[in-house]
Amino acid sequence: MPSEDAAPPLDVDQILADPGVRIVVCCGAGGVGKTTTAAALALRAAERHGRRTVVLTIDPARRLAQSLGLIELDNTPRQVKGIDVEASGGELHAMMLDMKRTFDDVVLQHTDPAKAAEIFANPFYQAMSSTFAGTQEYMAMEKLGQLHARGEWDLIVVDTPPSRSALDFLDAPARLSRFLDGRMLRLLLAPARSGGRSMFSFVTASFGMFSKVVQKVIGAQLLTDLSGFVAALDSMFGGFRQRAEQTYRILQARETAFLLVAAPEPDAVREAAYFAGRLRSERMPLAGLVLNRVHEPAAPQLGAADSLAAAERLAAEGGHEGTVEVLRAHAALAQQAVREQRVAARFTEAFPTVPAVSVTAQPADVHDVDGLRTIGEAISRR
Amino acid sequence: MAAAEQPADPAGTGWPARLHVVTGKGGTGKTSVAAALALGLAAGGRRTLLVEVEGRQGIAQLFGTDPLPYEERHLTDAPGGGEVRALAVDAEEALLEYLDMFYKLGAAGRALRKLGAIDFATTIAPGLRDVLLTGKVKEATTRTTGQRRAYDAVVLDAPPTGRIGRFLNVTAETARLAKVGPIKTQSEGVSALLRSPMTAVHVVTLLEEMPVQETVDAIAELTQLGFPVGRVIVNGTRPPVPAGRAVTAAELKRGLSAAGLPTDGRTVAGLVTEARDQQIRRELEDSLRGELVELGLPLIELPLLPDGVDRAGLETLARALVRAD
Repeated sequence: MPSEDAAPPLDVDQILADPGVRIVVCCGAGGVGKTTTAAALALRAAERHGRRTVVLTIDPARRLAQSLGLIELDNTPRQVKGIDVEASGGELHAMMLDMKRTFDDVVLQHTDPAKAAEIFANPFYQAMSSTFAGTQEYMAMEKLGQLHARGEWDLIVVDTPPSRSALDFLDAPARLSRFLDGRMLRLLLAPARSGGRSMFSFVTASFGMFSKVVQKVIGAQLLTDLSGFVAALDSMFGGFRQRAEQTYRILQARETAFLLVAAPEPDAVREAAYFAGRLRSERMPLAGLVLNRVHEPAAPQLGAADSLAAAERLAAEGGHEGTVEVLRAHAALAQQAVREQRVAARFTEAFPTVPAVSVTAQPADVHDVDGLRTIGEAISRR
Repeated sequence: MAAAEQPADPAGTGWPARLHVVTGKGGTGKTSVAAALALGLAAGGRRTLLVEVEGRQGIAQLFGTDPLPYEERHLTDAPGGGEVRALAVDAEEALLEYLDMFYKLGAAGRALRKLGAIDFATTIAPGLRDVLLTGKVKEATTRTTGQRRAYDAVVLDAPPTGRIGRFLNVTAETARLAKVGPIKTQSEGVSALLRSPMTAVHVVTLLEEMPVQETVDAIAELTQLGFPVGRVIVNGTRPPVPAGRAVTAAELKRGLSAAGLPTDGRTVAGLVTEARDQQIRRELEDSLRGELVELGLPLIELPLLPDGVDRAGLETLARALVRAD
């Protein structure tokens, strides 16, 4: 298709086979087949390229998860059985992210058990660890950092959370740092650090007003919980920030390859272009674009207009009902293909040097290893 | 809240609620459907408000306008003299407005923002964020000017199915944090509206496996949480093809020949492949449609718009959603 003529072809096999590549991050808008793409790439890395691979999924479709043997969300990589790795000697492991559990582990790692118990019991921790906007993104990065640090895998393939915007997941570490560094937090902490009884005991005139408003709006009990939470978190700040920064640096390193996943729809392509710009400005290694769900006629030599005109002619004459249907469907498909190329071209025009590959839409959804293998072949154009 | 007790459909639109919450899996077109519903419900001289809460500026992108501010603005005219207004709710602005309304903060509110207090408050307690967002939606829904409701209907382009239960279930989230005080009162008011017949939550889906699965899951969750589920809206459907057997290569060759088209092996084989894929796709769609029918909720099918959702397309969807009588 023309949009691919403009962009250099993406050679996924080269990435998956490269021992220097240790992390592949799949990102893009929701509903474009990100999880399936990540799983298919991981399977291919294990089966074809003999790599000891782990795929970190965020929220896989039930049947896809089952096909990978992920029946429970236990936050530990499990080996996927029944795949074809005899010749290659590779391995495939898979895990689903348990956001709260990952957060709990981080807390446990950075503080003593008594303090951890105190943090776990705090209602603010409970709210933040399960619903904090960005927690899922941050914990996905945290888990990636953990898997990477264990050094057990040749290749880690990461599926990113279905964020409100692609930005969330890149921003999570920075946002957490900003949050922990924030003036507000320091203000709340000042009395706790100086051993004051009440967090607002040292009040200045303006802060007195502020505290009065806060008390009025959110209530005194809530303030007590908040101050407890903040004080408990204080002991872990250094560790938190250090890890966030570490993960960020790993993402910038040459061992990482970002793959944008999109579908030829305006929203998904806009998101992909946005993300490509972000990766560029963050100096993160963008390896290419995987354009999923592309419609391609199997008889491209027959144009949409000719096909439709012929269908109408036949229909007017009567008879050949089967052919009329086929020609109408073909015309619709050919028109859709042209539209999709136009949409996809918006990305390649903005990022002409980013390699791209188109993956033809599958007639049915994928939920077994065979299906993933077919997708892997399609992505690598074999 | 006496008005909450009666389902409202004075205009006979077939959409008996005042607040329409539109959710769906990402990529199903819920923003377009929400916009079309706001347009359809405004037709014939009514006034509706289309609200977004996720800071995505999806409405502005859809209508090709500048980014929406935190302010109710004229978005577009509806057929027959109606008006659609639009609002992008921002949690920070909503908090400041709320503080101002109840505590006459003025400059102190700006000082709070400078301190990062607002960002802090909405970050550390995401439940608070949702209370602020839904609180604003409630305010717009129940606002009156003189004797009249400010809006005949409010349509909310809500968070996707994966987050909708938590988003609407504001009391549970805030109850954990605020056991007394104004936040608690506020969230209880929101909860009462969201669980009343004034509200209907509609789920947008495509005839694809994941969106249908999420639709089924979301409806179970919403029902269990006590939110009134309205309709299932199937987006992007294609006209049904006459049921029949697959066409054979020989048949096709005769047809192509009669139509004066090439009958070479590649063309015939290609078309047979296309027909087969189409058949597989249709069978899957039929079985997915069956799963949706089993939910026992009103089902609306919207046509696939081959040229994308432009203004004309939105009106097509609006007419399909709200039949003008």
